Formats: sequence, C-alpha cells, structure tokens
Amino acid sequence: MADEFLVFDHVTKRFGALTAVDDVSFSVKKGEFFSLLGPSGCGKTTLLRMVGGFERPDTGRIYLDGKDITDAPPNMRRVHTVFQNYALFPTMTIWDNIAFSLRLAKKPQEEIDEAVDAILEMIRMSDHAWKYPSQLSGGQKQRVAIARALVDHPQVLLLDEPLAALDLKLRQHMLLELDTIHDQVGSTFVYVTHDQGEAMSLSDRIAVMNRGKVEQLDTPAKIYEAPKTSFVASFIGDTNFFHGEIVSVEGDYCFIQVAGFPQIKAYNDKKLSVGQEIDLSVRPEKIRLSFTPPRPEEGAAINVFPSKVKDVVYQGVYTKFWVTSSGLQIQSLQPHSRFLLDQEPITWNDEVFVWWHPDDGYMVECAK
Amino acid sequence: MREVNTNPLRTRKAEWCLTTPSFLWLAVFFVIPAVIVLAFTFHGHDASGGVGAWSMSTWRELVDPDYPAIVWNTIRISFEVTLWSIVLAIPSAYAIARMNPRWRAIVAGSIMLPFWTSFVVRVFAWKTMLHPDGWLQACYIVFLRVRGWLFDWLPGFCQQFLVWLGLASSGPVDPATSTILDSETAVVLVSVYSFLPFAIMPIYTAAEKFDFSLLEAARDLGAKNFYAFRKIFMPGIRQGIVSAVLMVFIPAIGSYVIPQMLGGTNCVLIGNKIFMRAIQNRNIPHASALATLMAVSVLIPIGLAMWWKRRQDLRGKRRLEAQTARLLMTTAEGGNAS
Repeated sequence: MADEFLVFDHVTKRFGALTAVDDVSFSVKKGEFFSLLGPSGCGKTTLLRMVGGFERPDTGRIYLDGKDITDAPPNMRRVHTVFQNYALFPTMTIWDNIAFSLRLAKKPQEEIDEAVDAILEMIRMSDHAWKYPSQLSGGQKQRVAIARALVDHPQVLLLDEPLAALDLKLRQHMLLELDTIHDQVGSTFVYVTHDQGEAMSLSDRIAVMNRGKVEQLDTPAKIYEAPKTSFVASFIGDTNFFHGEIVSVEGDYCFIQVAGFPQIKAYNDKKLSVGQEIDLSVRPEKIRLSFTPPRPEEGAAINVFPSKVKDVVYQGVYTKFWVTSSGLQIQSLQPHSRFLLDQEPITWNDEVFVWWHPDDGYMVECAK
Repeated sequence: MREVNTNPLRTRKAEWCLTTPSFLWLAVFFVIPAVIVLAFTFHGHDASGGVGAWSMSTWRELVDPDYPAIVWNTIRISFEVTLWSIVLAIPSAYAIARMNPRWRAIVAGSIMLPFWTSFVVRVFAWKTMLHPDGWLQACYIVFLRVRGWLFDWLPGFCQQFLVWLGLASSGPVDPATSTILDSETAVVLVSVYSFLPFAIMPIYTAAEKFDFSLLEAARDLGAKNFYAFRKIFMPGIRQGIVSAVLMVFIPAIGSYVIPQMLGGTNCVLIGNKIFMRAIQNRNIPHASALATLMAVSVLIPIGLAMWWKRRQDLRGKRRLEAQTARLLMTTAEGGNAS
C-alpha cells in the first residue's frame, strides 16, 4: 500500500489535437520526494493539475491512498499545491493566508493558533505574521506559500516549479530549505520542474517526461548513470552520442562501428549481438584529454582517438573542450588539478588524444 | 549625466505648474457655482423669477411637510438602484473578465453601446415598453401579487415597519389601477438599466486585473466555488465596487429625467422638485436651497462612513503595533533567558 500511495493508471489528457499526457501509469510512494522532470510542454504540469483536481483526465484513473480521486473537485482532495507565482491572497495577512485552510475546516481557534504559529516558526517567519504578501521578498513569499499548503497536513504536496521565479543564490538556499521541510513534515511531495539540477538534488525518485510519456522512472543516480533512452541521456546533463552498429562481441564487451570513425569498445550492457544498431552515450566528464596517449596501465590502447581542439571554455571548476576526431564532435570536461596556471595549457587547434574506458560508455535505446 | 533636481523651490514650482490647471478648472466650474448656489439660498425671490435681496425667507419657506418624505424617497430609491446595479454588475464583470480576449472586447463594447443613443430617447423607449398593454405590465401584476402574498405572511409589526419605510403598501392588488408606468418600480427598473454600465465598468476594470489563479489556490486549499468568490474575489475587486457605488449613487440622487418621464405623480424625487421650483415656479433661491439640502444630506452619511473607516484602519494599525511590540518583547525575553 505504501508503495502505491498516489497511483496514475493509464492516464491520458488531450487538449484539442495535442496529447498532453499520453497513457501514463506509475505510482508514487508514501512520504517520497518525487519529481516530474521534463522540458516545457512535456505534460508534467498537466499531470500535476490532474492530481490537484484542476484538470480531468480523458481516460484513466488517479488513486490516492487507495481511493479514486479522478472526479473529486479540488476542495474535496487532501492535496495542496504550491503555485509557481505563489498565489498568496493579497488582501490577507501572512497569518490569515496560512490559516485559510484550517478556518475552512472549521478547526477550533486554539488549534489554528497553535498550528499557524508552529509552521511560522518552522519557516522562520514569525516576525512577519502581520505583514501582507506585497511586503515580502520572493523567497519569503515562497516559504509562506509552502507553509500555507502544508499547515493542515495534506496527503500530498504538489509543487509546480516553485523556485523558477527566484534568482540563483536564493534558489540554492530554498533547495536546502525544501529538503529540510520535507524531512520535518514527512509528507509526500510531488515536484514539477524543468531544472535537472533541482530534481537531482531533492528527489528520491524522478520521472523524466517527454511528449506526454514517462521515459524513465528511477533514482537520480540511475537516471544519470544508466539513462534508458537517448532523450533521458541528453536531457539530464550533457553527453556524447555515438550511433553505430555492433561488429563483434568479445565476452561482456563489444565493438561498435560508427561511420567514418575507428571502432569503439564498450560494455555490452544490453547483450546485443553483431549487426544490431545502438546509441552509445559517453558523459563529457568521463572523456580524458591529453597531449600524449595514455600509458597502457591507464587504460591500454582502447578507445584512444587522436583529435584536434576546436573550442575551449574555462569555467573555473573545470574546463570544457570541444574536439573533432575523424569528423565527429566530442565534448570533454577536464577538472583542474594542482595549480592550473603552471601547466602547459591545451588550447585552440592543439593536436591531442581523447580516450575513455570501455565501461564509461552506456548503451541507450536509439532515438526514434 | 542627468542631474537629479533636489532644489525644493524648483520642485515646488513644478508641482504648482502641474496642479494649477486642475485647481482652476475646479474653482471655475465647481467651487464658484457651489458658492453661488449657497449664496442664493440666503436671498428672497421676486415675482419676475429673479433673485431678491438678502433674507432668510427661503430657508423659512423650506419647512414644507412634503420635503422630508421626498428626500427620504430619493435616498431610498438611489440606494435600491445602487444595490441592484452592484448585484448585477459583479457577476457580469466576473463573467466578462473570464472570457477570452476577443469575446471580452465584444461584450465590453456592447455594454457601452447604449451610450451611442441619447439618454432621453432611451428613457422614452422604455415609456413605450412599459405601456399598460405591454408584457412588462403583465409581469408587473404578477410581481405585485407575489409581493402582496409575501407581505401577508409577515407578522403585523414587520408589515407596519415596511409601510413606514415606504417599501410596501397594504391592501389588495387592483390590476386596473396598478400600472407599471408611473410607478416607483418603473423608476427603479429604468434607473438600474441606465446606470448599470457605470457599475459594470469600474468593477470589470478591477476584475480584469484580478489574478484568477488565486481562486484556484483557494479551491486547492479546500474552499468551495462560492466561498472563494466571496472571500478572495470580492475583496480583490473592492476598489472597483467602491467606485461603482459612487458612480451609480451620485447620479441616482440627482436624477430627474427618469422619474419625470416614468414616475408620474407616484414617484417624485428631489430632482423633480428642484426642476419644478427653478423652471415652473421661477424660484431660483428655493431650488438652490433644496439642492443644498440634498447635497448636505448625502455628504453627511458619506463623511460619517469615511470617518468610521479611518477609525477602523487606525484601530487595525494600533492592534498590529501592539502585536509587534508583544512579539518583540517575547523575543527579547527569550534572548535574556538563553
């Protein structure tokens, strides 16, 4: 039961000719921090609005804690939303905003006072209780919106890109805050975002969505390290794709022939046989770059390709290189070690070697 | 670089230049005429319709036993008209604001459409529609019957109170003598028709700026549709409602064309009396005194309402200050303890 707290059962929603959500089925666990991640227009917000009760699926059902909530109006669900624009009531004080749901539930006054004061304390906004929303900063409004949605202990808290309107520093701060709040209240959080960084750092599990479908549902690490499809691999972080055909299999490994490129050795994760086509994804940070080819103990002479540097972008933490090798563009991230300025820099048009270990590549389903 | 002007004398000069035209306009077309009207009330009148010498005779003549009833009727009818206009305008404005932009422009435009025709012509058209052989007359008889039936159900003291307020009359309905034309109902009906655009427009302007996702948020937090409408939408468009009330109530108080053409002898308002004294009786001072009386009787309640509102705001502010002070004190105590 706990594993199937919020269940989507073959949910489809169309807007005219557009299928926003296309036969989606999955379930969210109780107490989980769950993210719906995808580019704009992928159907994540529509899915969230269906849980909130603001949209009705054309087909399929939605269950919450074993009950069918598909047709329940928003006010009959114990599900609250934190809206992207906060949607705080401008004519009410912060205190009244937070007390709104408790007053509707006709809770006794002492209970309301206690609950509101406690949650104000939790978001460290007790000093601002009698202010109006217009007197608060973006981050403060955000915290009030979360408190207002959490005060009556909803079964599920829906967060619709809640950090999108904040600046970078504040966003990082609010990420930590959200994480703390989730630990404190232990409710189920469903978080919608297009920012993979937010989703990765907060979530227990992520559903990556594209064109109305869930492409992959997994833990952040699995989604990053073992993306199922080329869409997931490219949406979560940067990656290099090598599209080719398997020409030979050697134990757990195989050799892939990419047109016009030397053969690439890779771990045959999908147990493919000779002749099959595959996309191999190699993350830029796994691709090494040097003036001299690696010594044999560093990875033998496998997957070492001479190439030419096309572009260099210094980014402080690392340097990003774009090189071409046998006509292919390859992206590589080099972390800095020791004192960077003392080293002979690799720069534009240098002849270098790129190389990676056969285990560094990951096979994904070909893009359709 | 542009220099920021901090010279107080220059700023003040600019302020004067900007405000003088509007002050002049108000002085010439509002203050001076109002003072003249007030001055006329302390003059007598002569037989040729002119203004006579300084005297208190006009004010002494004002103790006509009809006047209090007429003033009361005018305020009551204006109030009724305002109430109906607002009640109809709020849902209309809400509906228009929620339409898609194309329909919104069409509907908002058609609300303003009647203004392309002369006001008097439109009231005259109503006179035809309210003809005793018309279908509105039939509706009116039904309305009177239902009202009489409801009235009979009320306990005696309620009946007396309503009669005293002028909101009802006892006795059976006689279709032959009860015509909607020349009745108070006709005046209220056509006044609401005439003033409704003035109520819809300010409320619509406020509703258009209203963030409708707030209603969604309220529903999300457990509010029913109507509750969200009442507690979130209505306070959100409060400014619009306030200006709508003023936009309807003030012209309703001064209206005389509608009661003149549709009220007959059953619905004489202060506007008609002023018109009668000024044009028919050629007694300008008397008309001026009536106008002054009316203005004062409207300004006093508005003034009282504003005073009450300010007192409430002040109280709220004091309560807020007290709360902050108490909070600061508890924080300080907590700080001392630790």
